[in-house]
Amino acid sequence: MRTVIGSAALALALAPAFAQQSPFAEYQRMATESAPVELFELMGEEAWKKKQGPKNVSLEQCDLGQGPGVLKGAYAALPRYFQDTDRVMDLETRLLHCMTTLQGRSREEATKRVFGNADNPSEMEVLSAYISGHSHGMPLRPGTSHPKERAAYQLGQKLFFHRAGPWDFSCASCHGEEGKRIRMSELPVLYKPQHTRPLIATWPAYRVSTSQFKTLQWRMNDCYRQMRMPEPIFTSDATVALITFMTVTAEGVPYRGPAIKR
Amino acid sequence: MAGPMKMRATLAGGYTDVRVLMTHPMATEQQTKGQPHFIQNLTVKVNGKTVVEGQISQAVARNPVFSFRLSGGAKGDKIEVSWLDNKGDTNKTETAVA
Repeated sequence: MRTVIGSAALALALAPAFAQQSPFAEYQRMATESAPVELFELMGEEAWKKKQGPKNVSLEQCDLGQGPGVLKGAYAALPRYFQDTDRVMDLETRLLHCMTTLQGRSREEATKRVFGNADNPSEMEVLSAYISGHSHGMPLRPGTSHPKERAAYQLGQKLFFHRAGPWDFSCASCHGEEGKRIRMSELPVLYKPQHTRPLIATWPAYRVSTSQFKTLQWRMNDCYRQMRMPEPIFTSDATVALITFMTVTAEGVPYRGPAIKR
Repeated sequence: MAGPMKMRATLAGGYTDVRVLMTHPMATEQQTKGQPHFIQNLTVKVNGKTVVEGQISQAVARNPVFSFRLSGGAKGDKIEVSWLDNKGDTNKTETAVA
């Protein structure tokens, strides 16, 4: 049999938004095809099925909103209101809830290392990859009908425009005006659906520049760090509200993640 | 310990396209100040017969993806890809052509 060695696909950078118009479309397609995301999904499957915690059970019976253990479409319907906790939860918030209730782990232990690094991705990161992968291709339909869902959207909107910190920054300082960029990254205007859709449709994602799989909770955390604000609490109402605001803004977009980013 | 690998092999238009993902730090000499850790040898076997023996360098990204196009092939052919790194760690994965 004759053999030809193809290209060792060195996954390179990738401009994020505006995939349709961008001259980088072909390059983006190639990067998407060689994304190592599937490796994280495999690690996530292992973490999902791993028995641990004082109760020595896996997360397999975790109810992500579609019933205990139902993964298909669960991510596409988040964030949403959960009656059992009486609050709006995003994926990571719900996972943390399952870790503390189902597995009996302490919040302290379960959140000790929520953001990993390239050598050692965190449990939250690999779980996010695994679970979001089960919503690939489905339109994002976050909760918008419950009063608490509407309140989360409104709080998120308020936070998005709220200027604070030593630099008097808000999310809108970078993401509120069209035509802005940082180096080669186009800055999407995150309260406009046409800008928010391609972005929210691809998180969580593998970032080539750092070789890490990153979640939306990390994205919120890191934006606050870049704004020189105090660190937001993991899965706090504020972070969930911002994620809700952006996901509702992007509502209806077919989910293309977990994806690859620059 | 070696992380997961994932492979897909599909037959179309007289060719078998193989795409394989592997977990590896692929750390260079410079990054590690003299303790590089990277995949050196890559072996592709079809039904037990070696068809590719590749040598790769540090200059490949972390968690690399490789694709190969094999001429011919049949559904059900067993493709095996294995790697050996400079520290002697190894891993392999196997799949049937679909």
